[in-house]
Amino acid sequence: MSDKDVLLTMKGLRIEGRSDEQWNEIVKGVDLTLHRGEVLGLIGESGAGKSTIGLAAMGFARDGCRISGGEIHFDGIDMRNASETEKRGLRGKRIAYVAQSAAASFNPAHKLIDQYSEAPVQHGVMKKSEAEGDAKDLYGRMQLPDPDGIGYRYPHQVSGGQLQRAMTAMAMACRPDLIIFDEPTTALDVTTQIEVLSAIRDIVEQFDTAAIYITHDLAVVAQMADKIKVLLKGEEVEEADTDSMLSSPKEDYTKSLWAVRSHARPEQPPATEGTPVVSVRNVTAAYGTIDVLHDVSFDIHAKRTVAVVGESGSGKSTTARVITGLLPPRRGEILFNGEALPPNYKNRSRDQLRQAQMIYQMADTALNPKLRLRDLIGRPAQMYLGLNGKALEDRVRDLLHLIELEPDDYIDRLPSELSGGQKQRIGIARALAAEPQFIICDEVTSALDQLVAEGILKLLDKLQGEFNLAYMFITHDLATVKAIADEVVVMKEGKVVEKGGKSEMFQPPHDPYTELLLSSVPEMDPNWLTELLKARAAAGG
Amino acid sequence: MGFLTGLFWLAATIIVALGAGWVFRQAAIAISPKGVAKELRTAPLTASFGMLMILLYIIAAVFAPVIAPFPETQVVGSEYQVWDDVHLLGTDNLGRDMLSRLIYAARNTVGIAFVTTALAFILGSVLGLLAATVGGWLDQVLSRAVDVLMAIPALIFALLLLTIIGTSIINMILVIALIDSTRVFRLARAVAMNIVVMDYVEAAKLRGEGLWRLITREILPNAMAPLVAEFGLRFCFVFLTISALSFLGLGIQPPTADWGSMVKDNATLISFGDITPLLPAGAIALLTVSVNFVVDWQLHRASGLKE
Repeated sequence: MSDKDVLLTMKGLRIEGRSDEQWNEIVKGVDLTLHRGEVLGLIGESGAGKSTIGLAAMGFARDGCRISGGEIHFDGIDMRNASETEKRGLRGKRIAYVAQSAAASFNPAHKLIDQYSEAPVQHGVMKKSEAEGDAKDLYGRMQLPDPDGIGYRYPHQVSGGQLQRAMTAMAMACRPDLIIFDEPTTALDVTTQIEVLSAIRDIVEQFDTAAIYITHDLAVVAQMADKIKVLLKGEEVEEADTDSMLSSPKEDYTKSLWAVRSHARPEQPPATEGTPVVSVRNVTAAYGTIDVLHDVSFDIHAKRTVAVVGESGSGKSTTARVITGLLPPRRGEILFNGEALPPNYKNRSRDQLRQAQMIYQMADTALNPKLRLRDLIGRPAQMYLGLNGKALEDRVRDLLHLIELEPDDYIDRLPSELSGGQKQRIGIARALAAEPQFIICDEVTSALDQLVAEGILKLLDKLQGEFNLAYMFITHDLATVKAIADEVVVMKEGKVVEKGGKSEMFQPPHDPYTELLLSSVPEMDPNWLTELLKARAAAGG
Repeated sequence: MGFLTGLFWLAATIIVALGAGWVFRQAAIAISPKGVAKELRTAPLTASFGMLMILLYIIAAVFAPVIAPFPETQVVGSEYQVWDDVHLLGTDNLGRDMLSRLIYAARNTVGIAFVTTALAFILGSVLGLLAATVGGWLDQVLSRAVDVLMAIPALIFALLLLTIIGTSIINMILVIALIDSTRVFRLARAVAMNIVVMDYVEAAKLRGEGLWRLITREILPNAMAPLVAEFGLRFCFVFLTISALSFLGLGIQPPTADWGSMVKDNATLISFGDITPLLPAGAIALLTVSVNFVVDWQLHRASGLKE
């Protein structure tokens, strides 16, 4: 491509963020060139500065951040020295932004189509009536159901995946030269993600729009991008075409990112003898009068990990609530080592409570922010095992050792002084402190970066061997299932669709829903999406 | 010309006040232990000034007998004497020394306001946290009872109750504490409502923690910031209520000095263009503003806002 086609260039971009009363550099001199019609994938862990760079392309820095050095040129316009008015003229018209959470980015008080027409009318590109007609056309191209009518709904009346597509359509409203997609499918289920990905890809191709696609998911970026740039802590690691990046990454860091997906522990044969540690028997449970679980049954044996898989709303977490006693079932029972547990946790004995522990998805909200680690981890040991004083302190130190944190450094910290992965480790330590037989892990890795998540999975794996733990692993991520599970339970709409050992679960034949779920997991092959859609079209038509 | 002079004095006052705040902050940082000093460094000048003023009020209240030149209730001159060397701020309607009464009143008004606010807080926040944590019928009963109490205008309700049970300092403290605790209840309940749904509270429940520990260890520490801020504001309101009641004759009874009734007693002088009766009112205003400066600072810190 010639230099004429260059749409966006950044040279030595530096951005600083303010924290603890001083400016810290969060983007450290990144160069970037984007041609017309080209899609650039930005990948990296959280804190790598992906979103910050994306926003800088619009000449924008978040509150508490400032662009401190370097150049940004968009189609010949110097974005660093452009006036606010000039930048406002570009934003929404020639550069558009699609945020991670469409649900939080739409104004809930206005209809979709009114929000769609806002930018074109504001920028004087179209009249309101034209914009509405255009919206219907684009909704159709985004494969939204009922394109003529869906615009007249409010954001809460459409599903998350549809909202994300409506948002992309909205970004397209002025036919911008550049769209910045900031993790547009991260919050979606795998099956919904496919629809959004294919819709985004089609529309970007149709209008020959350039795009910056920000994500932490390599398999997703492989489908979308022409070239990929890997970032680490505000610095570029490497940049290359998608194909060469996938087949032969140069840097060690990139290779480590690629390697994560290939980890899997050997599967243990399903345990059939002996009493299961936890046995869920024909459980039907309801919120109010609406049943959300229908006749759910499965067993979890000692030293085994049972992964419960399903999309949001499938009843995975509700099952966990029934087991812990937070939601007494309407019918059915929970057996623990063969004995029925009281349905409500309030009626369970202290020892019954001790035996089943839980690790939460969001470590941020699962740890009391005002307690030090000493108390957070020590409390269960103090309560259940009656440890005090020196014995308690020793126990806390042992636990910190187990989760691979240096006791002297960490014992008096507050949760706010830890990273996300460390917080999750504390959650694990707190569960272990009770010396349980059974731990429920509720999406424990879904809020973490891949490398960090990998560390957590390995830790859980190690601890299982050491303490003969039984795990119930709730997840929507099939890669995690592959990595850690012995047995799999697939749930859909409150029912168990399929259950069995991991290897048989990943081998055909499947239940149709399991098949859909499995085939929707993005693979690293750049042609995966194209071929999957072809296969599905052939099967469907 | 008069306008310009006024402006000059206003500017001078502000500069002196902020300067005093700065000096006070430097001094406080110098003598405090490390942890406290670090906190103090974040205080804006307004908050430092506020803290200085509160400190002065406390000194006046504690050492009233030492500082005041005359006794609290003794008639030491003729009525309504003007400011002179003996009676720095003149005398009141019965010939008592105005300055001495102002200082003693700090003890009565501020002391009583503090006790009342503390009582209102203990009652309101305990019940509020309990309602949020236990929920169900207890929450319904408490919340509806509070709704009923809050439906009656506070001052009129206080007047009504005091008329029924009689005016004494104890009764007044109890009545105001009861009325103000309803406001604290609402805040404590609302704040706690957001905390009880957190995973860490769920984890504590599943651990089998008792109600008391749940409230004191898991919920209260996380609800502290808004409650402390509310304490400052509530203190001002209570203070004003006491002064209002005293002004209406149902609060602190003569001859005990308090700022509300001092305004009332000397109100006649206002029509002669004398500012003496406004001094107690000024004392109220200054303390209220000072407390709010400090509260603002704390609120800002607690809410995590920077700059």
